[in-house]
Amino acid sequence: MFEALRQSLKTGIVTTNYPDTPLEVSTRARGKPEIDWPNWKDARPAAAICPTGAISYEDANGRRAARLDLAKCIFCGLCADVDSAIRMTNLCECAARHRDDLVTSAGYSLKPDGAHERMVSPPSVAKPLPGGLTPSQGASLAAIGRQIKGRAGNMFGRSLHIREVDAGSCNGCEVEIAGLNSPVYDLERFGIHFVASPRHADMLLVTGPVSRNMELALRKTYDATPAPRLVVAVGACGCGGGIFGQNYATLGGVDKVVPVDVFVPGCPPNPQALLHGILMAIGRVSSKSRAEA
Amino acid sequence: MNLPPVSNDLRPVVEEITRRFQGRIDSWQAPHPNEVYCHAKMELVAGFCAHLYRTWKARLVTLFAEDARAGEGVFHLYYVLALDAAHGFLTLRVPVSPEAPEFASLTDAIPAVNWQEREVQDLFGLKLAGHPNPRRCALHDDWPEVFPLRKDFDLRTKLPPFTGVRHKFREVEGEGVFQVPVGPVHAGIIEPGHFLFSVAGEPVLYLQLRMFYVHKATEKLFESLPIPHCVRLAESISGDSSFAHATAFCHAVERAAGVEAPPRGRALRTLGLELERLYNHAADIGAICNDVAFVTANMHAMRLKERVLRVNEQLTGNRLLRGMACLGGVRFDLEAEHLRALAELLDWFEDQFKELVELIRGNSGTRDRLETTGVLTPQAARDLGIVGIAGRASGFDHDLRRDFPNDFYDQLQFSVPVFSVGDVQHRMVVRREEIFRSLSIIRQVLGQLPDGPIRAEVGEAPPNRVALGYVEGWRGEIFHWIHTAAGNRLTRCKVKDPSLQNWPAVSEAIMGNIIADFPVVNKSFNLSYSGTDR
Repeated sequence: MFEALRQSLKTGIVTTNYPDTPLEVSTRARGKPEIDWPNWKDARPAAAICPTGAISYEDANGRRAARLDLAKCIFCGLCADVDSAIRMTNLCECAARHRDDLVTSAGYSLKPDGAHERMVSPPSVAKPLPGGLTPSQGASLAAIGRQIKGRAGNMFGRSLHIREVDAGSCNGCEVEIAGLNSPVYDLERFGIHFVASPRHADMLLVTGPVSRNMELALRKTYDATPAPRLVVAVGACGCGGGIFGQNYATLGGVDKVVPVDVFVPGCPPNPQALLHGILMAIGRVSSKSRAEA
Repeated sequence: MNLPPVSNDLRPVVEEITRRFQGRIDSWQAPHPNEVYCHAKMELVAGFCAHLYRTWKARLVTLFAEDARAGEGVFHLYYVLALDAAHGFLTLRVPVSPEAPEFASLTDAIPAVNWQEREVQDLFGLKLAGHPNPRRCALHDDWPEVFPLRKDFDLRTKLPPFTGVRHKFREVEGEGVFQVPVGPVHAGIIEPGHFLFSVAGEPVLYLQLRMFYVHKATEKLFESLPIPHCVRLAESISGDSSFAHATAFCHAVERAAGVEAPPRGRALRTLGLELERLYNHAADIGAICNDVAFVTANMHAMRLKERVLRVNEQLTGNRLLRGMACLGGVRFDLEAEHLRALAELLDWFEDQFKELVELIRGNSGTRDRLETTGVLTPQAARDLGIVGIAGRASGFDHDLRRDFPNDFYDQLQFSVPVFSVGDVQHRMVVRREEIFRSLSIIRQVLGQLPDGPIRAEVGEAPPNRVALGYVEGWRGEIFHWIHTAAGNRLTRCKVKDPSLQNWPAVSEAIMGNIIADFPVVNKSFNLSYSGTDR
């Protein structure tokens, strides 16, 4: 007893002040990739090396629509190794309220050898290109519609109960979500905590590409959560299927099954990125990433 | 018959087997001195494995199938036996005809293969003969009649949605016996699986496990991706073992390509593996204390884990060491500042961890709950083939780092902690002891870190090579077996996470304990559902 007290006093306070004070991020940390769109010479090498298809392109009539889908990105940085127009930043707070907000695309005219001649349509977010590259996520749009700005904040802003649902993750996201309960991040200081039952929850924090065997369990968990409820999709798998994508055993993302309010990219997103996404869902941080603001 | 060129340790085994099974072995193949393949007929399997178990103390570490109908007109079954004393692997390969897709079960003789045999049945449609419980395992009950790992099954096949047909569990009857179903969505932040407890009052009579909720077609995906992408896929087999899985996969590819990582690359891999062990073991010790309501210890442990994760990020760019592994070595070198950060971490961690150990030691309530709880006897551990920390807490003196050293482990001095008590307390003690050894291993590596390149060039892997990659992850032994195809691709990749092997131990250990102790017993094994289900 005295030993426990002595150690606690000796250790002192280890909790961060995030989000009031930004966390220190090491220089090597890999956050979201940044593409120098106007000077991008060729999308093909980066697309070929990208293991999840986060960087992709489509050619039609001498034009190329190239795109970066942050939802699928695992921040491995392999694209930046082969393409000088791509740089890995150490920004990890890239949560978005809309699946399409995570997709950026630009159009290029092509040289005969298939490299880019020049950019013909500037990078745009959430605006489908003529090639029809950004599929509209109907379910997510509906979710946004439900969330009149600030309403969630008023309702849940001071106290939020979260039920975590692993719908097929590799447990990497769970390692980091468990870290939110550590004294370093201390989720409880926001009045937020994890609960054991969906019936007690206001928010579902869902990881994984949704395996076929977990689809029904996820639906049932969602139905068991009293409305109004929020859903946060976590990680590359939860946001866009990740490296597993859509196959005989996976559905390719949480929004294929239940409406999603906030998407938190990353593989896995670190506790700071998770916190950012959760706070965004309840309107306690703006949807613009801190680094961009 | 021509015997293959094998290591000196393996030669007597191969010679004895050739003599004993004269005329019944079709051919030998040794792609690597410590990895030898014996091609024979199905009839040989039972006798061959029994003989190796008896005479050479072999262990069947994995068994899997391969669809070779296109090339050779048959399915192949592989039985990989580890010979710990001879530091080698002997694999028996037998054909299964597509006209009579059936194979004989070994489960009665070797209970350790129970799930793996059923997985072959589910994923390849090879029918099991003589299995005591041949029900579905990898594919749940309502899956249509599909065999996903056959070559004529397309990865992107769209199956009708899951309807939730209830699995028929075994009946447990008696006065006052009732069933407690738990999962797949659990109360804590853990992965999904279904547990059915049969209890009489407080004590658990029987626990049935229903896994494979997070089956994600991983092995099939390996067949669809170019080999370099597969490294990233290997990182997603079990998130807490990202680096270990990716490294095991890289070992396999390097073996197939005949390339070895340079000394500095091997040393850095060793650092990565030990850092992974460090953060997981610390987190587990905390979580075990948490499950018996000693929350203070867990808070300290989480603080330790967080610090390791931050150093991981400083060193490799990712907190779970993702993106660090690559074919031929590692992707990022450690500069002076990184080495300094690592050395500082070790001193800090050791100091803090010793205090944590004292804190836990001084709490008699915690010991009361942990000692004699969830006992896995050495006999049960042997029968079920339990590996890793759980095996070492139950008397199985084994560690790939010592018995099959690769990377930098042959240059290091360390002992393997082994206990025979097998309770939760000792699974925690094994972790504690391994943390101290990990700290020593990392210091030894830093003390003799070689200069030079961090990775070797691994070109396109030559087609039609087989190779076994292995790593002692923090949880236990991890195997990746690959068969290469043309165009830098794989025709088959078998992933064996220690969790698949160890799950039956959880059922065994909980019997007779009260249901309230299940969380802590489960945590003391801390198995990966994703690694099991893939």
